Order: sequence, then structure tokens, then C-alpha cells
Amino acid sequence: MKPGRFTYHAPRSLDAALALLAEHGDEAKVLAGGQSLVPMLNFRLAQVDHLVDINRIGPEFAGPKVTGDTVTIPALVRQRVLERSAEVAAVLPVFAAALPQVAHPQIRNRGTVCGSCAHADPAAELPTVMSVVDSTFRIASARGTREVDAADFFQFHLTTALEPDELLTEVAIRVPQPGTRMAFKEFATRRGDFALVAVAASATVDESGTVTACRIAAAGVAPTPQRLHDAEAVVIGSTVDDEAIAAAEAAASAAVDPTGDIHATAEHRRRLTAVLVRRALAEIKGDQS
Amino acid sequence: MTGTIGASVKRREDDRLLTGRGRYLDDLDLPDALAIAFLRSPHAHAKINSIDVDEALQAPGVVAVYRGSDLMAIHKPLAPKVQHPMLKELPRYPIPCEEVHYVGEPVAVVVAENRYLAEDALELIDVDYDVLPAISSTAAALAEGAPLAHSDADSNVAVTLTQRCGDAEAALNSAPNRLSGEFRVMRGGGHSMEARAVAARFEPATGQVTVWDTTQSPHYARQQLSMIYEMAEDDIRVIAPPDVGGGFGPKAQFYGEEVVVPWVAMLLGRTVKWVEDRQENFVSAMMERGQTHRIEVGFDDDGKLLAVRDHIEHDQGAYCAGLQVPSITTSTVPGPYKIPNIHTELYACYTNMVPTSSVRGAGRPQAVFAMERMMDRIAEHLDLDPAEVRRRNLIQADEFPYRVGITFRDGSPLTYDSGDFPALLEGTLDKLDYERCKRERDQARAEGRHVGIGIAVYVEGCGLGPYEGAKLRLDNRGKILVTLAAAGQGQGYETVYAQIAAEAIGVDMDLIEVVTGDTGRIPFGQGTFASRITATAGPAVYNAGHQLRERLKDTAAHLLGCAPGDIEFDGDRATFAGDAEKSVSLQEIARVANIGKHGITLPKGIKPAIEVSSYFAPERAAYASGAHAAVVEVDPDTGGVKVLKYVIGHDCGNVINPRLVDGQVIGGFAHGIGNALYEEPVYDAEGQPQAASYLDYTLVSAAEVPRVELFHLHTPSPLNPLGAKGAGEGGTIPAPAAIANAVEDALRSIRHRGGVEDGRPDHSGKQPPGGRARHRLEGDADGARSATIQRSPRIDYAPVTPHRVATAVREAGH
Ligand SMILES: Cc1cc2nc3c(=O)[nH]c(=O)nc-3n(C[C@H](O)[C@H](O)[C@H](O)COP(=O)(O)OP(=O)(O)OC[C@H]3O[C@@H](n4cnc5c(N)ncnc54)[C@H](O)[C@@H]3O)c2cc1C
Repeated sequence: MKPGRFTYHAPRSLDAALALLAEHGDEAKVLAGGQSLVPMLNFRLAQVDHLVDINRIGPEFAGPKVTGDTVTIPALVRQRVLERSAEVAAVLPVFAAALPQVAHPQIRNRGTVCGSCAHADPAAELPTVMSVVDSTFRIASARGTREVDAADFFQFHLTTALEPDELLTEVAIRVPQPGTRMAFKEFATRRGDFALVAVAASATVDESGTVTACRIAAAGVAPTPQRLHDAEAVVIGSTVDDEAIAAAEAAASAAVDPTGDIHATAEHRRRLTAVLVRRALAEIKGDQS
Repeated sequence: MTGTIGASVKRREDDRLLTGRGRYLDDLDLPDALAIAFLRSPHAHAKINSIDVDEALQAPGVVAVYRGSDLMAIHKPLAPKVQHPMLKELPRYPIPCEEVHYVGEPVAVVVAENRYLAEDALELIDVDYDVLPAISSTAAALAEGAPLAHSDADSNVAVTLTQRCGDAEAALNSAPNRLSGEFRVMRGGGHSMEARAVAARFEPATGQVTVWDTTQSPHYARQQLSMIYEMAEDDIRVIAPPDVGGGFGPKAQFYGEEVVVPWVAMLLGRTVKWVEDRQENFVSAMMERGQTHRIEVGFDDDGKLLAVRDHIEHDQGAYCAGLQVPSITTSTVPGPYKIPNIHTELYACYTNMVPTSSVRGAGRPQAVFAMERMMDRIAEHLDLDPAEVRRRNLIQADEFPYRVGITFRDGSPLTYDSGDFPALLEGTLDKLDYERCKRERDQARAEGRHVGIGIAVYVEGCGLGPYEGAKLRLDNRGKILVTLAAAGQGQGYETVYAQIAAEAIGVDMDLIEVVTGDTGRIPFGQGTFASRITATAGPAVYNAGHQLRERLKDTAAHLLGCAPGDIEFDGDRATFAGDAEKSVSLQEIARVANIGKHGITLPKGIKPAIEVSSYFAPERAAYASGAHAAVVEVDPDTGGVKVLKYVIGHDCGNVINPRLVDGQVIGGFAHGIGNALYEEPVYDAEGQPQAASYLDYTLVSAAEVPRVELFHLHTPSPLNPLGAKGAGEGGTIPAPAAIANAVEDALRSIRHRGGVEDGRPDHSGKQPPGGRARHRLEGDADGARSATIQRSPRIDYAPVTPHRVATAVREAGH
């Protein structure tokens, strides 16, 4: 469990980091919190020639910012920092709900939010949350910058829109409209495990209590976070009444096509998705269950 | 006087362990040690055609690369630790040359300047294999026309063991009631925090090799090495470092790596070190548990057991490292119950997975799982309280010594030395507040929640022979040195044996130092396993302590001119009846009796050299016992199980240090809850491990181990002067059974009628038992109706993982 030989770089600025990535491309990997990459190197599941440690690119990347209608989470924001940010919790409490289920405090102290997104584990919590909030992934390389949304960012199991020479500089999230409620529900074998299935849901209701917008996404059932559009559709226009919840549960169950593994059969994962959709919607509605 | 027997003395070890000053094998300062890494088979079963090491030999920092065929001098089978005349033994070589039999088996070894370079070189070794069909379960091993786990064997059955008492067949045939069940307990590992490790240094000047080994049994390792190397025992010194990060059984076995590493040190004349990493540990440290039980019980209408018959398949793994585990299983089945007719039949099978051997519990959790699951099924069948069914069958306190009628693994007739099982059960139920828990369960059910209670009772053979020894010496600084052959892995030997010695000698424990696990310091020993050390080394220390006390008194009496009977100890001084004016210090005693004066005759009456040794060989095993009771809530939607309450009743005889016993029981419970709910090293049909890291092997953490309440009973063992039994495994043994019983009970409220859940709240608080209801209805004229009634979900597996619960619920038609 020792990594192969690599050259370690510790650039002092974003530009320097991007230059290294431009130079080494395929042969380089970004090191952020190291909580996924280092185990993969030690297991020799990943072999790299150049490790570009971005931890020193500048303090401006370390804290989340809430400005006007946007929350930005730059590349070095630790998961624990986001979890504990009162400022973010005031506008996007879903992070404080989801993050305690990501690994353990020691790991969240190092692991970054952007790193979790860039790593794109299909059972990870943060990419799932990013799929129900209004998120934009800001990407930089020596070639320039670009933006992608969650649906385009998460492409496959451990695969994102990032090119080898690109860095995810931040995730920007639009502060939800008034009347928006979100919920995060997860079932994992042990505390801190990746989800067997997790569900994030967001619903915006108007003054009459009718849902005008809804997003539901599940982790652990597909190679990327899976939006459950059919379930969303039955919730929109409803008052999140029992009937709508039951219909969403059924729609979720029908929409997913998970694969089984040693931790859960495909059938169990499907059932969990439906149950967690039900529980997330019940929480949104206000029933604490 | 401080620190005598029965006091909750704080562990001497903890200060250094808790402040990070423990020194584990990898911390030992061995200048210029080379690192060793093993190349391991990626196949469960394959023929080795060739191994090309040329490129690896050229790699940076590589000193040597060896294949099995390069080490023919040590190409000798490793003997099973526990034998049987009927065992079909298949050779387990340190590094096989021709065929590999499990993923993880060593095929070559690299010696390099450091571990990084050694691992780089491993990638350059090219092995040409012919992959052969693999066996990855006992069912596959025993299937008709099954491929062979070893190409040159004639069957996959290693041994068949039968235990018989009375006539179970006849008793079952005539029993008023008969129930059968099939239960599977999955594999599980020891998962010590420190994995295995071996370092060795050869002294060409003396021809001696020193081996540091995280083994639980240094003397066993030395004896094996001496046979394989054809070297005198005294030329091999095996030291188990004083800090070893856990043992739990797998380190009591003897492995090929332990043969290879010192041999390489001798070949190269260099100090070498191999520290098993976690990835290796997952595929090469022995595991346990894998068993299938098909058990049948016959009982009368009061629930009294008339007969039990158990057909057991045991997963021996790729080789038989010893038959201790399956033989313990067969004798653990009857447990605390009076059963006139017993028949167990065991098939130990070779499979293409890591060999199995003892892991904390050692064959007992499986037996208890089968038996205790059936006790609940009997209760269900007769609509009786599960506690009551147990009560009616327990051996009573006045029936000891109790002969079960079969044989224990130590070779003696299974004879329980002492115990009070009814008091143990009642005490545990009281601590649980059983009646209240039942009311709360029924209330919860009425609210649509799924709460259940599970009980499991067991008897544990422990304190096994053949012997263990201790050497006590007054050292020349006036301290008393207790030397044990047994090696500790965190149990607190430095504390407990100082307590015992202090009590026996009658001095303060501060004067006593304890050293363990070094063959250079004491010639004979067996090792730490089978919850045996307190009941074997304990009496040895105690007896030696009494002898040392007499020697000290005798010498002091001569020096003070009084009778030995007048001597009293005060601090580090021996006094004449407590008079400080008339006293000598222990150091003065040492000066006279141990150091003496060169060439001068000893003063009259003084006997030389204050050192005693004592070996204690128990007549037979002692039997500890216990009862666990659990309350759980199950979420049938997710399969999640939450432990609401857990009580452990425990009887390990007289206790030397209650705090340490509590620690053992709670630590054992952590293992037990892992086996009950979480841990499973899954193998696929090709014998590929599927859970070979902590990402997939769901080892419990502090967050998963529920709070547990302890209840202690102390029935002394008559078999040793301390009255002690073993405490290391009781926390583990019945946990899977208690949890599975509780989960099945929780799901008893789920039943079906024509595909619709019968969710009627039952305010009577009594649930019609699933088995019984079906039984009754099958006899009903209304056949159609009986066909739609299904039983409640069955929990036939350990661990009871969420997806197993979910599957059980679904299979019950929910
Ligand atoms: C025991 C344990 C349990 C865990 N449990 C969970 C869990 O329950 N849920 C969960 O979601 N995660 C879990 N994790 C993973 C953890 O959340 C990681 O921190 C996270 O996946 C990666 O973030 P990081 O900052 O550590 O990234 P790193 O490990 O440094 O990098 C991960 C990958 O992302 C790339 N990368 C990182 N940052 C950037 C960037 N800014 N731009 C481009 N590429 C980048 C790296 O090159 C690498 O490929 C667990 C980890 C451990 C060790």
C-alpha cells in the first residue's frame, strides 16, 4: 500500500497550477484534500507522474462566499467548513443536512467540496445535492475558463466534464427562491459510509402551497446522480399531499435501474430510492418522519 | 498493599499506549533493515507455469527476489495446529511452487531498500498461471461433481467429525414436536489494528537468529522454525514485542511469511522486516466463521428438549491450519441445556479462500447461533415466552460438574466445571427489565413499529491446556520480575500478572515487573489463545508467587535471626514482625542470595539464587458462560436495524481485575456486533474477494457499537487455585444469535393475508406465532385460506445486513 513514484508540485498560484496542468496534462493529477486520491495512489489503483498540490494556491480559495443571490464554493473549501458555515446554512441549509453523512469529521476536515465533485463517486452525497440546487461548475485551464451545469458536469462513474489540464475553481450556487424547501435523506450501512442510496429533493411552493418547481436526485442508483424527472413531475402542481408523495414514490421506483452489489441487491436499492423519496418529500411537507 | 486480586487497578500499559509511546513492531529501531514485500496470487486457484523475476531483480533498490523454487530448503508443509487422525491433510507451503489455492497466497518475495521500491518491483514480476476452477463456498465444495479446490486431492472434504450422545435419531422420531432450520454464518476476520509483522536479524558470529514477530504464540513459532530450519531451539529467539496491536486469534496461527522472513535474513546476512499492510491482511490473514448448520430439534409439549441433531458444513479455507474451530463448534451446540440425545456431524471443506482458524469466539458463535435460533423457534411453535423455554431446559446450579455426554476439543469429556445458568439468565433479564421491554415492544407494535427482543445463552470452553508457565525472580535491584511465556496483544498482562504476583508474594505490586512473550527468557510456553491465559498462566504465577514468598521469608529470617513465620513485608523490606528496625530490603536479600561474594561460601542456611518457576497444567478446560439480551427496532423499508438496548450477563469465575474484564467483554461485544450486523468478507463464485478494504468490509466503528450494560456473576472454577475462567470471548459469542433472534421477533408483526399486510394492531400484546398459525391453518378445511397465509420473515443468516432483512421481508411476501 505504497504509491508508485511521482513528482510532487506545490504551485503558489492558480496560474502556476494551471501551467503545470497544461504542461503535464494526462500525466498529472490535482491533489486537493487527498481523501480519495491518496488511497487510490496507495492502492495503486491510480498511478500518476505528477501530483499538483493545489493547497497553496491562495487563501481566497479557502472559504465559501455568499454574495447577493449566489453562494460560491472555491476549490479549497473543506467539507467541514461548508458544513459549519452559518452564512451558507441561512440560505442553503441542505448542505448542513447532507454533509454530516459524508465520511467522518477527520476526513471532512481535509476533503474539499470541489474535490468530492471532481472525484464524482456515484454514491457521494455532494454531487447529489449539487444536482438539485441551481449549481454552476466554474472550470479554468491555461486555455481559458468555462462553466457547466450539474447535468453536464457529472458524466459517468468517476468521470466529469473536466479535461486533464483543467481545474474546478469553484461551484457557484444560486440562492433558492423564497418558498423553497430542501431535504436530504440517506441510507448507509455504517455511519460515514458512502450512501447505499441517498436522495436530495428541493421544492418551491407558492403562497397557496402549490409546488411550482421541484428537483429530486438520487445517489447510488446510476453512474452519476440521477435526476428523477417523473417523480418531480407529479410533485409539481401538487401540495405535496399524501397522494402526490405516493405517486412520486412509485415514479421514483419505476425510474431507477440500479445494479446490485455485495451491499445491496438492485431490488433493495430501488426500494430504498422510493422510501427515501417518500421521506424527503414528507420532510419538505413538514412531517418529521 | 495495592493492586491485589479483585481490584480494578488501572492498566500499567495505558499511559504509554494512550500517549502514543507504544512501540509496535514497525517502530522497533532496526538499523539498515531491508523491507520485504510478497507477491500474492491474484487467482483463487491456478497452476503456476513460470515466474519471471529478471526485470524485478534489475529494479532500483532491489536486493533479492525469491520464488518458492528458490527456497527449497524451507519448502516444507506447515503443520496444522490441531490435528485429527482422519484429517486429509493437504500441504501448506511457505511459498508454493506449483499451484496456488487462494487469492493472496504468496508466490514470490522481494527484498529491497524500502517498501516503496519493493512494491515497485512486485509489479515487474511476471507470473504465468493456468487458472483453474475455484470453490468459494461449502455448498460448492460439497456439490455433486464439484471441481476440486486442490487439483491433487480426491475430494474437497478435509475431515468428517461426529459427536454422539444417546440416540438422537430415535428420539427425534418419537418426539411430540420436531422443528428444523438452516442457518448460515458468514466469514469474518480478526481485524487487529496492527496487522501481522515479522522482522529478523542474524548474528553470524553466534549463528543465532532473533525474530520479532507479532505472534500470539512465540514458543510455537520457535518450535516450528526449529523444525523447518533444522536448527537448535536455543539458536532461534522469537520475541513478541510488548506492544502488539491486537491478536484475536489470527495471530495465534503460524504462517508461511513467518518462515520466509527469518530465512531471508539468514540467507542475506541482513536485517529484514516485513510489515503486512491492510491490503495484504485482507487476503492473507486467516479468518473464521463460515459455517452452515442444518439443525433439528425434538421437544415435548412443554418445550423440553429431547434431542438435537446438527449437520454442520465448515469452511476450512484453502488449507487446514488446524481443526480447533470446527471441533469447538460441535461441542458448543448443546450449550447450557440438558439434552439427552445429541448428534452433531461436521464436514470441514476445503475451499479456495484464505484458510480459516480461530477468531475471537472460535467456532462458538456459529453453534450458539444455530441452537439459540432454534430455542426461539420452539418458543414460537409452542406459543411460549422464549425466556421460559430456556428456563425449562437449563442445567441447574446443583448439577455441576455436568457431563454433557460428548467430547471437548481438549480431548476430555465435555464436563462443565461450574456455573449457575438460571441465575445468569434471570440476572440478565432483570438488568434488561424484561417484562417492561416486552410491554414496550407490544406497545411499539401497536403503533406500527417493529421492535423485537432476543436472548441468547451460551457456555464457553476456555482456559485450555496443555500448560502455561511463569518464572519469578528477585532481581538484583530488589525488584521482582515475573516472566511469562505468553505474549499479550493489549490484554493488560503487565497489570494483571503483577496483581496476581503481588497477592501471592504479599508485596506491593509496584515492586513487580512483568515481561512476556520472549523465548529467550523462558523456555516453554504455549501462547495466548482460547481465553486461556488467566486460567493457566494465572495459577502458574500464583503458585510461583507462593514459592517465591517462602524463599524470601526464609532468606530474610536467616539474615534477621528469626523464624520465617515472623517475617512480614513492608514496602520493599522484609521485617521481623513489622519492626522497621529489624528489617532487610529486598535488594539486600538479593545481594546475599543472588550476588554473593566471589569464591566465598554462602552464610549458613542461605539458599542460593532466588528464582522459581512454575507450570500449571489444568486437568481439563474450564467453562465460562453468559447470556445476552437485545432489544432492536427494525425498519422494514430500509432493512436497517437499530439496537435499542443490550445487556450482557457474564460469568468468568473469579475476576482478577474487574475493569479489565469489562474491557474484554465490551471489546468482544464490538466483534460480536460486527458479526451480527455488519462484517462479511464476501467472495464471488470465482473465489475473488469482494470486500478487501474497509470501504467494502464494513468493520464496526465506535458509532456502530451500541451502549451495553453488564451484569456479572462469579462462580469460581474448581480447576485452578484462582477459580478463574476466560473472559476474552464471551462478549462475542452469542451476539449474532441474540441480534438475529431480536430481529426475527421484531418482524413477527409482519404477516400476510392474501397479499395484504395484516397490520392489525394487536392490543392483546401477544402475537399469534407465525409457524403455529400456519401449522394450524394447514390443517384447516379451508385450504385456499391457508395457502395465502404466510409466515413472518425469517432471519437465517449472520450478519443480519440491511439487504438480508429486506430480502427476508420480501420473501415473506411483504
Ligand atoms: C474513510 C473515508 C470515507 C469517505 N466517505 C465518504 C462519503 O461517505 N461520501 C463522500 O462523498 N465521500 C466520502 N469520502 C471521500 C471524501 O469525501 C473525499 O474528500 C472526496 O471524495 C474528495 O475530495 P478531496 O478534496 O479529498 O479530493 P482528492 O482526494 O484530493 O481528489 C479527488 C479527485 O478529484 C480531483 N480533484 C480534486 N480537486 C480538484 C479540483 N479542484 N479540480 C479538478 N480536479 C480536482 C483529484 O485530481 C482526484 O482525481 C470518504 C473518504 C474516506 C477516506
